[in-house]
Amino acid sequence: MTQLALDEPAPVEEDGVYSKDGEDYFIVDAHIALWDARPENQLNVHGKQFIDCFYDYHRNLSPESEVWPYEEYLYQGGERLMRDVFGNGVVDHAVFQPARLGEFYARGFGQTEEAFALTQAHPDKLTYNHWFDPRDGERGLDQLREDAERFGLKGVKLYTADWHGDSRGWKLNDPMAYRYFELCRELGITNIHVHKGPTIRPLDRDAFDVADVDHVATDFTDLQFIVEHCGLPRLEDFCWIATQEPNVHAGLAVAIPFIHTRPRYFAQIMGELVYWLGEDRILFSSDYALWTPTWLVERFVDFQIPADMTEYGPLTTAVKKKVLGLNAAKLYGIPVPPELQLPDADETATGPREPGSADLAMA
Amino acid sequence: MTATLTLTEDDVRAALSTVVDPELDEPITDVGFVRSVTVDGSVVEVHLRLPTSFCAPNFAWLMVSDAQDALRALPGAGRVVVELDDHHDSDLINAGLAADAGYRGTFGHEAEDSLDELRATFRRKAHTAAMERALTAWLRADPARAEDAVGALLLRDLPAGPVTDALLDRRAALGLPVDPTSPVLLAPDGTRPPAGAVTATLRRARSVRISVDGNAHFCRGLLTTRYPGAEADQTPRPSIDSRPLLPLEVLS
Repeated sequence: MTQLALDEPAPVEEDGVYSKDGEDYFIVDAHIALWDARPENQLNVHGKQFIDCFYDYHRNLSPESEVWPYEEYLYQGGERLMRDVFGNGVVDHAVFQPARLGEFYARGFGQTEEAFALTQAHPDKLTYNHWFDPRDGERGLDQLREDAERFGLKGVKLYTADWHGDSRGWKLNDPMAYRYFELCRELGITNIHVHKGPTIRPLDRDAFDVADVDHVATDFTDLQFIVEHCGLPRLEDFCWIATQEPNVHAGLAVAIPFIHTRPRYFAQIMGELVYWLGEDRILFSSDYALWTPTWLVERFVDFQIPADMTEYGPLTTAVKKKVLGLNAAKLYGIPVPPELQLPDADETATGPREPGSADLAMA
Repeated sequence: MTATLTLTEDDVRAALSTVVDPELDEPITDVGFVRSVTVDGSVVEVHLRLPTSFCAPNFAWLMVSDAQDALRALPGAGRVVVELDDHHDSDLINAGLAADAGYRGTFGHEAEDSLDELRATFRRKAHTAAMERALTAWLRADPARAEDAVGALLLRDLPAGPVTDALLDRRAALGLPVDPTSPVLLAPDGTRPPAGAVTATLRRARSVRISVDGNAHFCRGLLTTRYPGAEADQTPRPSIDSRPLLPLEVLS
C-alpha cells in the first residue's frame, strides 16, 4: 500500500474564500473519493471495467483542458487530492464517500486508511465517511460500532449495487438494513448518502429504484438521506419521493458536469430540483476524482437557467451559495463564517417548494 | 416452386430498427447499439454494444433477445446469432441466448421477476414523456397559454407533426384512446386527472420527460466515448438535438 507521509502534510495554499463578482461563497464538496484502481489492486476484469467506465464518464463530460491521462486517473494519492480539491482555495471542506467494491478490488476501491489519515492531518478541511453493508450481518454491526468510534462518523456512503458473494445488490428496506439504521441513530450517524445512479446495475434488485429511499426516509425521520446523483436516471421518481419526505436531499455528483456538455439538460435538472425540493436540500458534489471541483464550481457560479426555459425561475445567488456549500455545512455541522450564512427558505414541509416560480404563462 | 429469398443487410437493419431501448424509447439502430451485421446466405450474425460494461443486464437482455426474435422472424433467415460485446455479463447473456434459455434460465436466482413489468413501466414512461413534449410545445407556441389550460386540451387541438405522431403511437401501444376528442393530458394510469391536479400532472410528466431525455444524453455520449466513431451510427434525437448548445455563460 502506498504510504502517506503523515509528518509531511501535502502543501496546500492558504485558505481563500471563493469570490466572484463581489460575492463570497463557502464551498463544501459533499462527495469525494481517494480510490485505487491500479492493475495491482484489480481482482478481476470487473475491476478494470469499473474504472474504465468512470474514465469514460470523465472523458465524456469534461472540458478538454480537464481530461486526465488514464494512468493518472487510476490513482491520485493524498498529495494530489489536496492540491486538486483545495489547492487554489476553491473548496473549503470536502467529505469522503468511499465505495468498498470488495469483489472487484483486492484492497477495496476507496482507500480507508489513506483517506482517514489525510482527514486527521487536515481535520478542518476533510470529513471521513465510511460504508456499511447489511449483508455483513451481525458481524457488520459490531464493525460499524468500531468504525463509528474510530472515525468519528457523522455519515456513511451506501452502495446498494455492490456485489457480495452471490448477491448483486440490496435494498435499504431489507430487514437487516433496518438494524443498521437503528444503530446509526444510536451512534449519531445522521447523514446517510445513498448511491442511486449510473454505473453498476444488478438485476431485479434494481440499484436505480429509489423506492427504498421512500421507505427508510419515512421510518427514520431523524436521519438525513442524501441521494447521490439525484436519482439519475430516474430523476422523476427521486423528485416525487423527495417532495414528500423532508429528510431527503439531492447530491449533484455526476449531474453537475452536464453543465459543460449539456447545459440545457443541466438547467432542467436544476429547475426540477428547485421546483420539487426547494433550495435548502441540494448539495454540490464533484465526485472527485471523477471530476475536479474547481471548474465545476466556477461554471456553476456563472450558470443561469436559459431565458427561454420560462417554466423555471432563475437561479439566484442565494440558491447557488446554498447548493455550493451552506446546505452541506448544515448537515455536517461545519463552521461557516457568519457573514457567509443565509437563512433557510420559507417553504412548505412537503409538496412542490416553489410552484409560483413555475408557469410558462407567467414569464 | 423456387421462391428464392435473398436476405440483405438492409433487411437485417430494418428488422433491428423495431427493437427499442426501453429506457431511451429509441430504436437500437438510432442510438448506435448495433456494432456489426453480417449476412451469409441465410445465416445472420449481429453484434450489439452498449455505452458501458455495467449497463443493466435486464435491459441488455431485453434488447438482445428482442433482436434475436426480430431476426428469426425475417423471411429467409436461417441460423441467427446475436451477441452482446464488452458487457460484464456478455458470456452469460450470449450463452443464454444461444441456448434459448430465456431470461430466468440465463440469470437464475437473480431474475426473480418477469421482464414484462419492466417493459410495461417504460412504455408508460415513454408515453408520459411524449405527452409532455406535445403539451409543452403547445404551451410555448403562445405565451398567453397557461399550464392549467392543458387539462381541457383534446388530441384534435394538437398541430400535425412528428411530436403529435409520436404521442399517438405511444398511446396506441398502451391501448389508450387515440380519437380526436380524447383529452391529451392523462395521468400515468391513463385516466383524466381532475381539474385541481392538472398542473401537478403536467409537472410530474415533465420530470419523466427530462429523465428519459437525460438518459439519452448520457447513453449517446458515453457510447461515442467508448467507441470512437459511433456517432456516425447515431441518428439525431429531435428532443435533445434540436437546439444548439448554449454558450457557457448566459444571462446573469
